[in-house]
Amino acid sequence: MTNRTSRRSFLAKGLATGAAATVAGSANSATSDPLITEVQPWAQGLGDGVDATPYGLPIEYEADVIRRNVDWLTADTISSVNFTPIHALDGTITPQGCAFERHHSGAIELRKEDYRLMINGLVDRPLVFTYADLERFPRQNHVYFCECAANSGMEWAGAQLNGAQFTHGMIHNMEYTGVSLRTILEEAGLGAAGDLAGKWVYVEGADASSNGRSIPMEKALDDVLVAFKANGEALRKEHGYPVRLVVPGWEGNMWIKWIRRIEVMDGPVESREETSKYTDTLADGISRKWTWAMDAKSVVTSPSPQSPITHGKGPLVITGLAWSGRGAITRVDVSRDGGKTWETARLAKPGERMAVSRFYLDTDWDGEEMFLQSRAMDETGYVQPTKTQLRDVRGLNSIYHNNGIQTWWVRPDGKAENVEVS
Amino acid sequence: MSKFLELTTALLLISTFAHADGLGLGRDALPEEIAAWDKDVSPDGTGLPEGSGDALTGEEVFADKCAACHGDFAEGIGNWPKLAGGWGTLDREDPVKTVGSYWPYLSTTWDYINRSMPFGDAQSLEPDEVYAIVAYILYSNDLVDDDFELSHENFAGFEMPNAEGFIVDDRIETEFPKWVGEPCMENCKDEVEVTMRAMVLDVTPQVESGEAESPSPAAADTADEAMAEPAEPVEEHIAAIDPALIAAGEKVFRKCKACHLVGDGAKNRVGPVLTDIMGKPAGQVEGFNYSSALADMADEGLVWSAENLKAFLTNPKSFIAGTKMSFVGLRKDAELDAITAYLTSLAR
Repeated sequence: MTNRTSRRSFLAKGLATGAAATVAGSANSATSDPLITEVQPWAQGLGDGVDATPYGLPIEYEADVIRRNVDWLTADTISSVNFTPIHALDGTITPQGCAFERHHSGAIELRKEDYRLMINGLVDRPLVFTYADLERFPRQNHVYFCECAANSGMEWAGAQLNGAQFTHGMIHNMEYTGVSLRTILEEAGLGAAGDLAGKWVYVEGADASSNGRSIPMEKALDDVLVAFKANGEALRKEHGYPVRLVVPGWEGNMWIKWIRRIEVMDGPVESREETSKYTDTLADGISRKWTWAMDAKSVVTSPSPQSPITHGKGPLVITGLAWSGRGAITRVDVSRDGGKTWETARLAKPGERMAVSRFYLDTDWDGEEMFLQSRAMDETGYVQPTKTQLRDVRGLNSIYHNNGIQTWWVRPDGKAENVEVS
Repeated sequence: MSKFLELTTALLLISTFAHADGLGLGRDALPEEIAAWDKDVSPDGTGLPEGSGDALTGEEVFADKCAACHGDFAEGIGNWPKLAGGWGTLDREDPVKTVGSYWPYLSTTWDYINRSMPFGDAQSLEPDEVYAIVAYILYSNDLVDDDFELSHENFAGFEMPNAEGFIVDDRIETEFPKWVGEPCMENCKDEVEVTMRAMVLDVTPQVESGEAESPSPAAADTADEAMAEPAEPVEEHIAAIDPALIAAGEKVFRKCKACHLVGDGAKNRVGPVLTDIMGKPAGQVEGFNYSSALADMADEGLVWSAENLKAFLTNPKSFIAGTKMSFVGLRKDAELDAITAYLTSLAR
C-alpha cells in the first residue's frame, strides 16, 4: 500500500528522461527548447512562503532517494536493517533522514528529560548523568563512518542483490558532536580499576534488546565518543536519540544507541552480540571473535544498477565511496575491464581517518560494456582484496566483514548489473 | 589485545591517563540503581542471581513465552532463530548456528534471555523462569537429561560444546601480509569472464504492483509468507475508508507484528491473528488461549467496535486488567484512527 517508486519504473523513467535530455539538451539540437523559449509557470507565479515547511524535507522529485530494506533478510522489521541510498548521494556526509537503520527491538522514543547515563563497575565513584550534564562536558566534533559488520554480507556466496544500496548501503558517514568517553571515565575515576591493561568497558543501550558490547580499555580511552548531535542537529530516533556511542572505525553494532550504562570490568561480558553474532566463521568451522575493525573497502556508486548511464557515450563521471576503519584512505584505483588494468581515481579531498572518502574518475566512455571495479588503499598500506582472495582465506560462511572488490557489468545501453568475474 | 593498536600507542594511552578530579558533574549512583541496571552475566557466572529451574518446568515456560517464534522444540519458526540442533554443521555450507552448536558460553544464553526476551516483553521473567528456560534449551540440544536442574550453584561448571571453537581476530597476521604493497596496475589478468549474475538469482526487492517477488532460497518461510499480503479490502463499507488512513494504519501495525499476524494463512503467535476481528465479539479467534480477563469481558459481550478497540489500545492494561498483552499502548489519536482503519480494512 505504500506509494514508493519502484526501482524498475524509476530506471525506466530515468532512461526516458535521459533520452529526452539528450535530444532537448543537446547543443546541436535543431529545434528550440520550449523550457527556454516559453515562459514557465515557476518563472511567472510565486513559490511557497518561508514557513511552508518549518522543517524541510527533500523536494518530491527526490522521493526515490530513500532507505529500503530487503524483506526476506529478517523475520520482522522490528529487529532488522535497511539500507542507505548511496547510489543517489554524492559528497561524503550522509543526511540523517536516509542513513541506514539497524534495530534489535525497534527504534524507541526516549525523551532527553528521561535520559540517564550510568557509569559503574571498577570506578572510584559510580555516577549517574542526565542529558543536561553531558552538555556541560567539553565537546568534540568528528566525522566518522558507521558501517554494519554485515554490510555486503549477502554477497559472500556470490552476486546476489542488484544495487549498491543493497550491497553496500549499511553505511553512513556523519559529523558527530559529543564528549570523549575518556573524559567521562575520568569523571568517575579509574583508580579503582588498577592496572588498565586488560581492562574492558561494557556498554549497554536503554531499549528492550539491551544490546551490549565489550570494548577494550585501550579503545575506550582512545577515540570513542558519547555523541548527541549528528550533522549539526539532534540524533534521529532511529540512530539512538538522544545519545549514542560512536566507536570510530569499528563495526556498527558496537555504536550502542540510547546508551544508558558504561561498566568498567575485568573481562568481556561475551554478550550475545559478541559471541553468537558478529563472529566470523571460517571454512574449517572455527570462528574469529573480536573482529572489531572494518577493513578498507570501496564501491562505485554511479554508474551502478540503480544509477545507470542515461546519456550515451562521451564524458562520464564514475564516482564512489571508500573508507577504512584502520585510518585514512590514501588512494582509490578504478578498473573498467574487470581488473585487468587500473587507473588511479581523484579523491575529492585528502582522506580523513575513519571517515568516508569520495572518489571520482572523470572519463570518456566509448559506449562499450565495462566491468567497473574500485580498489581502496589506506594509510597502513592495505589494499582492498578481491572477493576471491577473501574467500581463499575465510571460506563462504563468514557473514560479516566482506570488504571484497565489487564488480558492476555496465552494458552498452548504460544499464548495470551486479556480477562476479573471474 | 594490542593487535589493533600499536603496542606502544596502547601503553602510552594508558600510562598518560590522568586521574584528574574531574568537573564535578553528575551525581553518585545509588546501590539500588546500580542493582536495577547492572544485570549482565559473565562467563564465570558473575552477575547471576540466586535461583534454579529444571528442564521440565522450562518446557512449560518455553511453550508459553518462547515457542511462538522459536518453536515448541526450539527449532525456530520461519526466520526466527533456531535455538537447537545444528551440531557438526559449522564447517559445512550454510552452518546452523544454535545455542547448542555455536554459542561458546552458557552465560550468554542466560544473560540474553534475562535482559532481552521475550521479544516485545523484555525483562519480565523471574530468575527461576530464566534458569528453567535455559535448562530446557540445553535439553532441546541433547546436552542434559529432562530431570536436569540448572542453578546459580552448578552454572559455572557447565561447558558448552563449541567453547573452543573461537579464535581472537587474526586478520593482521593472516591477511595483511598478503594484501599490502603496491598493487598491479596493468596486465593484471588474462581474461575476465562473468562467473555469477545477480539478475539470475533475482532476489532484489521490487516494489512494483502485481509483480511476484522471488523468495530467497535461504529465507521466506511460512511466517513471512503469512505476513506478506493482507487480505484485499472488498466490502463496500471498507471502500469508504480513506486509503491513506489504511496505509498509515499498516505502518502503525508494525508495532504489533512481532506478536500478531494478519492475512490469509496467518497463524496465532504470542497474540491472536487479527485479520477478522473488527465489529466481531472479542475473544473468538480460533485456537488462541486468551487471558481469563479478556475471556470474562468477552462473555459479558465485549465487541471490537472502533470505540472499544481504541480504548483498549490507548491503555491495554487499564481497559482489560489482567490482559496478557504487554503492549504499552498508542498515545496518538492519529495512530489510533489509523490502526482502526487498517484492521477494519482487513475484515472479511
